[in-house]
Amino acid sequence: MDVLYFAWVRERIGTPKDKVDTQAATVRDLVEELRAREERYEAAFADLSALRVAVDQELADFDAPLAGVREVAFFPPMTGG
Amino acid sequence: MDIRVQEAPFDLGQEANAFAARQSGMGAVVTFTGIVRDVAEGLDVMEIEHYPGMTERALTKIAEEAHARWSLGDVLILHRFGRLRADDLIMMVATASRHRADAFQAAEFLMDYLKSRAPFWKKEHGRDGADWVAARDEDEAALGRW
Repeated sequence: MDVLYFAWVRERIGTPKDKVDTQAATVRDLVEELRAREERYEAAFADLSALRVAVDQELADFDAPLAGVREVAFFPPMTGG
Repeated sequence: MDIRVQEAPFDLGQEANAFAARQSGMGAVVTFTGIVRDVAEGLDVMEIEHYPGMTERALTKIAEEAHARWSLGDVLILHRFGRLRADDLIMMVATASRHRADAFQAAEFLMDYLKSRAPFWKKEHGRDGADWVAARDEDEAALGRW
């Protein structure tokens, strides 16, 4: 699965993308796996209320299931326009 | 429906004229343009990041929703990314309808959704360093009226 990061999430983690081999059932489970990796991931995911998530390029909840999903992205609230 | 996400600048007059010219039987065209503001007086560069692929999908979905809610001829959404400077044009929307109310309302709807549901992020580089622009509660609250 591709895990993408944007804006300050990308900066805090230090990469725009990870290839992750995971059995995580939901986005929340995936977040827990990532947090356990390294301090920079822990820092980026410290406050989930400051983050938004997209699953296969659609906005989703942290409880969204990951079965069959190819791409998950984490980013701060959007500021378009 | 015309959805464009691009790094290059655009010509507002040319886009508005071309949009109006390709409508047929429409009595109203409304355009909105977003411009980079130097709020703190010291802005060097406004960097706009986006999520290629999702951005186009999200904008298409928002435009489709506008078509479903109002009687519209056409919808244009054009949004830039990359490094912009104060007074540069960031984005524009245009809507066309038979009577003005639909075009006005649809343009406001597009802007409200585009602000907090299209994956763009702004970073201001200025005299005192660089900072990501925080989303505003008012922008999220604005969605409630639709």
